[in-house]
Amino acid sequence: MGRGGEFAEVFVEDRSTSSAMLDQRRVEELSSGRDRGAGIRVVVGDTTGFAHTADLSERGLLAAAQAAATVARKGGGGVREIALGPLTNHPSVATMLPKDVDKARKIELMNLADDAARSEGSSITQVSVALGDSSRRFVVANSEGVFAADHQVRTRFNVTCIAKGDGGMQTGYRPIAGTRGFELLSGEAVAEAARGAARQAITKLDARPAPSGDLPVVLAGGSGGILFHEACGHGLEADAILKQASVYAGKVGQLVASPLVTLVDDGTVEGEWGYLALDDEGRPGARNVLIENGVLTDYMWDYLRSRKEGRLSSGNGRRQSYQHLPMVRMTNTYLLAGESDADEIVAQTPYGVYVAQLGGGQVNTATGDFVFGMTAAFMIEDGKITAPLRDCNLIGNGPDVLQRVDAVATDFSMTPGTCGKNGQSVPVGCGQATMRLTGVTIGGAAV
Amino acid sequence: MSDLIERAVRILESVKGSEEIEVYLASGVDTEVQSYQGEIEELTNATSTGIGIRVLRDGTGGAQVGTAWAGSLDDAAVRDALREARDNARFATEDEFIAFARPDGVPAVALELTDPGVANTSLDDKIAMAIELERLVRSGDPRIRQVDSANYSDYVAEAAIVSTTGIKASYARTGAYVSVEAIANDGSDDQTGWGLSAGRSPSDLDVAKAASDAIRRATRMLGAVKPASFKTTAVFDPRTAATLFAIIGGALSGEAVVRGRSFFANRVGEMVAAPNFTLLDDPTDSRHFAASVFDAEGLACRRNVLIEMGQLKAFVYDTVSARRAGTASTGSAVRGGIAGSPSAGCRALQLIPGELDQAEIFRRVGNGIFVESLIGVHSGVNPVSGDFSVGVTGLMIRDGQLAEPVREITVASTLQRMLLDVVYVGSDLEWLPSSAAGQTVAIENIAVSGT
Repeated sequence: MGRGGEFAEVFVEDRSTSSAMLDQRRVEELSSGRDRGAGIRVVVGDTTGFAHTADLSERGLLAAAQAAATVARKGGGGVREIALGPLTNHPSVATMLPKDVDKARKIELMNLADDAARSEGSSITQVSVALGDSSRRFVVANSEGVFAADHQVRTRFNVTCIAKGDGGMQTGYRPIAGTRGFELLSGEAVAEAARGAARQAITKLDARPAPSGDLPVVLAGGSGGILFHEACGHGLEADAILKQASVYAGKVGQLVASPLVTLVDDGTVEGEWGYLALDDEGRPGARNVLIENGVLTDYMWDYLRSRKEGRLSSGNGRRQSYQHLPMVRMTNTYLLAGESDADEIVAQTPYGVYVAQLGGGQVNTATGDFVFGMTAAFMIEDGKITAPLRDCNLIGNGPDVLQRVDAVATDFSMTPGTCGKNGQSVPVGCGQATMRLTGVTIGGAAV
Repeated sequence: MSDLIERAVRILESVKGSEEIEVYLASGVDTEVQSYQGEIEELTNATSTGIGIRVLRDGTGGAQVGTAWAGSLDDAAVRDALREARDNARFATEDEFIAFARPDGVPAVALELTDPGVANTSLDDKIAMAIELERLVRSGDPRIRQVDSANYSDYVAEAAIVSTTGIKASYARTGAYVSVEAIANDGSDDQTGWGLSAGRSPSDLDVAKAASDAIRRATRMLGAVKPASFKTTAVFDPRTAATLFAIIGGALSGEAVVRGRSFFANRVGEMVAAPNFTLLDDPTDSRHFAASVFDAEGLACRRNVLIEMGQLKAFVYDTVSARRAGTASTGSAVRGGIAGSPSAGCRALQLIPGELDQAEIFRRVGNGIFVESLIGVHSGVNPVSGDFSVGVTGLMIRDGQLAEPVREITVASTLQRMLLDVVYVGSDLEWLPSSAAGQTVAIENIAVSGT
């Protein structure tokens, strides 16, 4: 604070990662990485200066702080003493830390998944398995007295299968991921994921081009949560709101969705992929209700945006690493379960599309238009799930699609994902129970 | 520059017994300025360095490779990385095709990829460009309601790759960009448009053009409607066409081929595209922003013709995928920074331009859709099966002219089909800051999904 910044923050991070890849039954590569450094942020008025350094010596940190403070250009400001309280420390909830895991055991699990996938049928021509873990410790201190540390351990296991048939190749994919240690992975769990990925690829060998146009859509529990992540999640991030770059700006208190929609962003779901004890600005993760029975109740906030509004951050300030500035990000975003029976929802849909798995999406928050990709889907005819469909995107407009939710079931589950925004990736969770949209545009090739 | 090489060579001295070591060192200086409402909203000024180490050990059934990386070049970090890479190698499957690159006699093409302008331009001047960009967009049209972000960024990057198998390569690159997103409103709906300009130096940048592109793209989408589904010819603008070429480039990677993930496998010699389609990957063309002297294993980059007049000619290979395929590296190793391992990939794609300008393509197409932006490319394109479905915004083409704007629709086909359905290739080649340059391209039999 030597140069009179209004707000200053030091974020020191130490991250170790490891990854292993099995492809065509070969353990191709184990990789380990270590990244340590500090990001220093100085805010004067509405201007943020940022610098980062891998040099954690006093000299390195001072140089970075100076670089960050140059934007202030005020010169001459006096030194301000900051009273930091005792460190608030959050140890990891993981029971088997990555550093304690035998590499041979990882390879054993990957081979087990490969075997399980191939046991589903001879049309499986290609199996690749990736196992990754990370141990991320950080300490954040700022001029408002925050002095807190967190240790976040994450583990991820992905299986991708390719099946080959007369009509070409098809893919199947299953992830297992959590903010946990190696205890996340069991032989049964990885084998089940592998069989699921293999079955998905084999089923799609018979897939026909998806239809086009507006049709009723039933989204299976789990990955369908991506719909809300894109249809309104990003549009409810306060950075887009304060710049009037979201269709949801100025709509708190208004009915923005079907009354069946109660949407929550929740960093406190222990062990989920988007779980965090502390966000990357030192605020505790929190459960925030965004939409309640269709009414918009609040946005998601980080420090900078909440300060402008004279309120507290909602614990949504996140950054990819010390080399990045924090911004408003989701954690675990989910639709609360409803009261319908999942099978009944399908049975009561005469004609439409059943989406068993979604693969990602994208949104333009200013217009509200968004897409999400289906990677496992079927026709629904006469209330029954029938022919498999080839991959395609679905497209809709957020505020419009949210009104079209007409049934939500009880079978809630969550799925992990990676959310990208302005060049930064962070782990997030998405969740919902089986639900139906009265209509959404299927972007298939069959016109 | 020579500092990096020297440092890398010193690390090689730790080699033990019969093992091989490859060291990749990278360092960079980045500046980013974001303007909002005439003031600096964010300014980042940062330097970074890092090391990626691979260790190869020979076994009876082939070699094993292990990898480690660190975001620092201090001695302890380098020592730890080397130890971890050695340990990781023990667990890899012995594989006769695993090897490091060896000098292959192909001479490096000298390219001027750095410009002192990035380092010599003052921070104040860079800030002024971001602020001017925002001002030009806000004042350029009364329908511009908001400028979400107006950015200037630049970098100076250096890298060195050395190995005990005789590789010794280093290179440097500079780049500068401005980009802006405009939000237009005519009283009812909001529409957005991006503008950008890229170069190797701040003086290469055309701020006025970036601003006018963003304004034009945003304002001409006002009043956009969602049409009913139909089948038509889609005309992709240079930016969206470049995205398409980059996706196709992924399937032309020898790595995808040897891993059984490419629909081009076993099809060399076949007609896979229309006769007007000649696609090459040429990092030695210095006009390409992704141009490079060396690949990510330190071999000289070279010009590779992949599809010639519709016929599939070749794939791009790195050392290992080439060995698996029984051929030689095409100097096409790419890697995602210090934490990534080399793999085969296209670096600087370009489609040989045709003779028609964009207006003439509209005239010849007559009726169709002009695609100006894509959304959901990562979620709607399956590069293995070839299924293609992406959200788009654009304008209808009626009687050879641009007509009403359309939104909230998808365009769909398969990549295999789209290549064969290319009807016109434009003359308007545009160099873009991506792995592919682009020009206007018209493709038939595209399913447009709307209401």
